[in-house]
Amino acid sequence: MNNTYELPLDEAGYAFGFMDEYAKKEVRRAILKAICIPGYQTPYASREMPMGRGFGTGGLQLTLSLVGGSDTLKVIDQGSDDSVNAVNLRQFVQMTCPGVDTTEKTEAATLIQSRHRIPEKPLTEAQILVLQVPYPDALVVVEPSEARRKTMHGEADYSRLLVKLYEDIVKFDEITISHRYPTRIHGHYIIDPSPIPRWDVPKLHQSKALILLGAGREKKIYAVPPYTLAEPLAFEDVVFSVEDFRDAAGIRRACSRCGATDSFLDEFSNEAGEKIYQCSDSAYCDEQLARQTSHAQTTNTEVVA
Amino acid sequence: MGYVAIKGGKAAIEGAAAATDMLRAGSEHAEPLVLDAIEGQLRLLVSRVVSEGGLYHPKLAALAIKQFQGDTLEAAFALRAYRSTKPRLLETPPQNTAHMRVIRRISSAFKDIPGGQMLGPTYDYALRLLDLGLVDENPEDFRAIARRFLADAPETELPDSFPKVLDALRAEGLLPPLKPVAGAPFDITRQPLIFPVPRAAALATMARAETGSLLAIAYSNMRGYGDVHPTIAELRVGYVPVMLPHPVTGEPMEAGEVLMTECEVVAMFEGDAEGKGCGGKPVFTLGYGACFGHNEVKAISMAILDRALQKGMKDGAANPSEDPEFVLLHVDGVDSMGFASHYKMPHYVTFQSDMDRLRTTQAKAGIDTVRQKDTA
Repeated sequence: MNNTYELPLDEAGYAFGFMDEYAKKEVRRAILKAICIPGYQTPYASREMPMGRGFGTGGLQLTLSLVGGSDTLKVIDQGSDDSVNAVNLRQFVQMTCPGVDTTEKTEAATLIQSRHRIPEKPLTEAQILVLQVPYPDALVVVEPSEARRKTMHGEADYSRLLVKLYEDIVKFDEITISHRYPTRIHGHYIIDPSPIPRWDVPKLHQSKALILLGAGREKKIYAVPPYTLAEPLAFEDVVFSVEDFRDAAGIRRACSRCGATDSFLDEFSNEAGEKIYQCSDSAYCDEQLARQTSHAQTTNTEVVA
Repeated sequence: MGYVAIKGGKAAIEGAAAATDMLRAGSEHAEPLVLDAIEGQLRLLVSRVVSEGGLYHPKLAALAIKQFQGDTLEAAFALRAYRSTKPRLLETPPQNTAHMRVIRRISSAFKDIPGGQMLGPTYDYALRLLDLGLVDENPEDFRAIARRFLADAPETELPDSFPKVLDALRAEGLLPPLKPVAGAPFDITRQPLIFPVPRAAALATMARAETGSLLAIAYSNMRGYGDVHPTIAELRVGYVPVMLPHPVTGEPMEAGEVLMTECEVVAMFEGDAEGKGCGGKPVFTLGYGACFGHNEVKAISMAILDRALQKGMKDGAANPSEDPEFVLLHVDGVDSMGFASHYKMPHYVTFQSDMDRLRTTQAKAGIDTVRQKDTA
């Protein structure tokens, strides 16, 4: 081996957005194709990122290819801006994309990268949502071969998926798919909308924001363009339903922190062993709480006045 | 607050990094590893990392091994991520391994091969007895090893390279004639695999595959889930000169050399038209394996799988090792280790959703105990 070679120790700085410009351009081309063919899994040569495959490298490549100096980025994982993985991804973008602002406020972001959740607050036309995807193909539960799945998608042959739903109903009297709910986009391709809960699936439908889905390990990019049909797979007589947050008495549970009754709740036990329910979307929860506080203050001021 | 581990991420990540670094140092009295020592004395580890990382950079591989405390998956991963930051500047023309400056070459097909068998550095016939003499070596011991080796060096200079065994077999008409492949080779770093894929894509994928994954699938074929029954026509290890076109004249010039392992296996002939050579006579079939570094088990596994995949692409897969999708999508170390690791991340939301489905289904089945207990 070459013993005279010295490692260049000053080569510490990375280019803006980490990936080389050709790679980013390629990702953007794949994004354009994905938008043109809603729900189609566009193959691309996914690059290795300096974090584990499965930790959001597909979403990260989308973000790094799209983000520019004028963007404000929000990164969430499990609905929270402060979870380890969200912090890790955000720090990496901050490190490699100097000048990009970050925020925790949903409405302040131009670009939102998320794992497993769509923010509760409705998104706008000025925003892009990037979802991290572990399994890009909804058909994988019924067909392991990618080549055969590709043909099935081309022919919009989703009969085996419908049979799976039907078998669920026969066996359990319920459709048992909890998350990654197969959803038909623009009347043709059925997508795996990433492991968002069913609660978030209706937010895909006619979304004002562009929704991009990136699977780094599986090397696919697909999109739900703005104002596009997104219909969860169901039957006329067995309709799609979101998670049920009612208690035994049939009353909708509220967030124990902000009191919201219109958000996806995380369930956990406190130290006394009691069940606690709290908003999964931490920014939404904070906003509800802040609104109450300011409302309470206003009321107090009025009382004083 | 035990549960809400999801919060306070920043401090947790910094703490984890500090703890990892402490364990990397071992103790405050430990001698830091020197990169040259890793590159030279752990050369097979470096070989594995450059091969799986898909980047021939032994020095950076040594650094990655040091940084990731000897984890080959992580070290190869770091090389790949480093590679993502570099543009592809040009396409290399095919390199001729007949020009390899060999350090070892054997054939298990013939007792004598043109140029002769050259065992070279190998543990194949070493007794795997722990050598307690290595426990306390000093630099003088190393110098003595070098002196003894050089004193025994043959008087006559060996040739740098040797003819390929396959060329002799081909001249005898026992192998199919070489067919030129049209078009640019498939670059797996720039194109995703869309099945069916050309053989070039399969070979490139396996060349940077994780050694253990390749071995496991190849072994399934050797044991009976498949029937390649290979004979190693030639296995060679050595330095291949990398020829690149001169930027001005376009003439090929040597830009450097890479340590490589190459393996060519010959398998039984096939009776049908495709298995026939010129003149319509049956000929042996071939499998090819090659990778960066000195990795013989990997090159052999790859050659066997290349043969198995060629058979699968022609006749349909009768075994997992003959199925291109099954093999090529499951042998990448960066992909598979990343996905196995990702299960450690929080999955609170999806699990909440799972519980919703289970409770609803339980309720419908009349097993309503969970809801009855849950009075919150």
